[in-house]
Amino acid sequence: MKKILKTKLPELWQKISTDFDLFLPIEKNKTLNFSLWKDGEKVNLDKVRTTTSSKHLVFPQTETYLKFKNQNNKLSLKAVKAIGDEYVIFGVRPCDVKSFKLLDNIFLREPVDTYYREHRDRGTIISLACTNPEDTCFCSSFGIDASSAPLGADVAAWDVGDSYIWKPQSEKGQKLMDSTKELFTDIDEKDIQNLEKEKSNIQEKLEDLPFNNIDLSKIKGTQQEIFDKEEIWNEFSERCLACGTCSYLCPTCHCYDLQDYKGNNHGEKFRCWDSCMSSDFTLMAHGNPRTTQMQRLRQRFMHKLVYYPKNHKGDYSCVGCGRCVDRCPVHIDIVKIIKKLGGENNEL
Amino acid sequence: MSCSCHDQDPLIPQIAVIKEVRVDTHDVTTFKIVDSFGKKPFEFLPGQCAMISIPPIGEAIFSITSSPTQEEYIECSIKKCGTVTDYLHELEPGSEVGVRGPYGNNFPVEDLKNKDLLFIGGGIGLAPLRSVINYVMDNREDFGVVDIVYGARTPGDLVHSNDIFDVWPKEKETAVHLTVDNVSKNWNGHVGFVPNFVKTLNFDNNKIALVCGPPIMIKYTLQALEEMGFKKEQVYTTLELKMKCGIGKCGRCNIGDKYVCKDGPVFRCDEITELPNEY
Ligand SMILES: Cc1cc2nc3c(=O)[nH]c(=O)nc-3n(C[C@H](O)[C@H](O)[C@H](O)COP(=O)(O)OP(=O)(O)OC[C@H]3O[C@@H](n4cnc5c(N)ncnc54)[C@H](O)[C@@H]3O)c2cc1C
Ligand code: SF4
Ligand code: SF4
Ligand code: FES
Repeated sequence: MKKILKTKLPELWQKISTDFDLFLPIEKNKTLNFSLWKDGEKVNLDKVRTTTSSKHLVFPQTETYLKFKNQNNKLSLKAVKAIGDEYVIFGVRPCDVKSFKLLDNIFLREPVDTYYREHRDRGTIISLACTNPEDTCFCSSFGIDASSAPLGADVAAWDVGDSYIWKPQSEKGQKLMDSTKELFTDIDEKDIQNLEKEKSNIQEKLEDLPFNNIDLSKIKGTQQEIFDKEEIWNEFSERCLACGTCSYLCPTCHCYDLQDYKGNNHGEKFRCWDSCMSSDFTLMAHGNPRTTQMQRLRQRFMHKLVYYPKNHKGDYSCVGCGRCVDRCPVHIDIVKIIKKLGGENNEL
Repeated sequence: MSCSCHDQDPLIPQIAVIKEVRVDTHDVTTFKIVDSFGKKPFEFLPGQCAMISIPPIGEAIFSITSSPTQEEYIECSIKKCGTVTDYLHELEPGSEVGVRGPYGNNFPVEDLKNKDLLFIGGGIGLAPLRSVINYVMDNREDFGVVDIVYGARTPGDLVHSNDIFDVWPKEKETAVHLTVDNVSKNWNGHVGFVPNFVKTLNFDNNKIALVCGPPIMIKYTLQALEEMGFKKEQVYTTLELKMKCGIGKCGRCNIGDKYVCKDGPVFRCDEITELPNEY
């Protein structure tokens, strides 16, 4: 473990960005998102939650995978390689780090999505423990510890007042720290104490969060029984706008669409994020198996809370980041749904 | 099942050529497809699918209707019903399309060995069954008695007429039973929906049944088979859900804990009862 003074950060960013694309939580138009850092950008490492997650680095919102020409039904096809330089992302919260693992389960299983794998391999992930968790965070419900060094981060970092402590956790992480070692100093007994104090501060705050007691194990019943709880699904879906905000902001949603773009005599095939909340997601020639918003909303939550865990050793497809809780325009939130499914008679 | 096209991402199609076009009915055409060297584009098993694309029109998935034993080409029988399929129907031999696959699982031909088989098809649903039927015919000694029940809206809607009228009925221990929904001048055969027709045929319920057709036909046929004493473990069918990626990632064909493109489209009926009723 090493530490770096906060006053040295501009220098660190400079140094890293000569070798890598550097992604940091950057504020633009009052919105905080992971963006490519350039000198002078407004970095905000204090607010825990970026509006969108970091998933766009490994699973871009739109991505071309093929270029084609089609003239008089003579085709030429050219696969487009996943593009981008090696990158470093700093400030990924433990929930978002876990979301990469959940996306890996989908994209890295056979047959491997080579685009995703490229993006994944090019990155060095530096997590940052959550000094100030938000009221709508509930990562602890998924066994995620916001004060910890999360599995899957190449370097884990903590804010300990005037400096950050960095702990390398992989070869990649060690390499990055070696290449920037002149900016870091060794830690002493005092720093260890500060780190422990920071961890227990975070723990205390987490315990006080309103959604700290969400208990997923209360959701009982077979797949079919949970599916059949139509009163609950109806109640929530009545006001769902099908806007898709929840899916687009979610770090674990992975559904996508494939589309063709046509230029003059050439074109591209690309994929882009899609949402099971939209009505044409399952539309087919002979009809649509999900004609109502109730069925579509049910699909999203059944997938996160029942189907995904069934396929992935009990892991839920949610990390409790709270983005959908925060941003759904009509306050349909996954916490209320979990509680309702768990038998609580909470207000909507 | 992964894509066999080079060492590429499974989303990347290879160029294929339409070798032959055979008009089956007013809205179904069968296409013979080869790769750019004039060979079979990829190996597959009966029941598996191919994703065919015509950039920039789009891409759609189709069952491969030829038998895997056919070594020269693959065939797809395609119903004209939308953007991609309308365009496909305009194509002439020599036209190039994109193709990727094979996708999905297959009918378990190994487990069907030495069994009596009952194929029940409706409309374009004969497409994947034909792949198995021709596989069985090419390995005839390995299988028992074969009954093929097939129905369409009108006599003019019956696809693969050469097979159903001229080829299959002549095979040993093989019977073809045809029905249509609507009467027509040139039809002396049976009239009525497939599920009722199946019941009147009084088959032994020791056969293995393989069912494919439009969702409503499948639903009632499975009921009919149950009434006839078939156990769910004896019946295989296919599910159809919207597909884009074909490899269990885009999420479109997710139903319960299954992805139809990856865990299906072929399901044994006892597996289907565990799925939420969304198909
Ligand atoms: C496993 C599997 C196997 C299959 N095998 C075969 C086969 O062997 N042969 C075969 O012919 N088919 C088969 N199909 C079906 C085939 O994939 C579809 O019919 C095909 O996708 C149609 O593509 P399309 O682009 O022509 O139609 P699309 O244009 O995509 O859509 C068809 C219809 O859907 C409606 N629609 C589409 N988009 C919209 C919209 N935005 N708003 C309103 N309505 C809309 C329209 O009514 C349109 O006519 C199979 C499907 C599956 C899942
Ligand atoms: S954000 Fe809210 S309103 Fe929009 S689709 Fe999701 S649940 Fe429905
Ligand atoms: S479902 Fe909501 S809380 Fe859970 S990971 Fe997605 S956006 Fe975050
Ligand atoms: S078609 Fe994409 S998951 Fe099945």
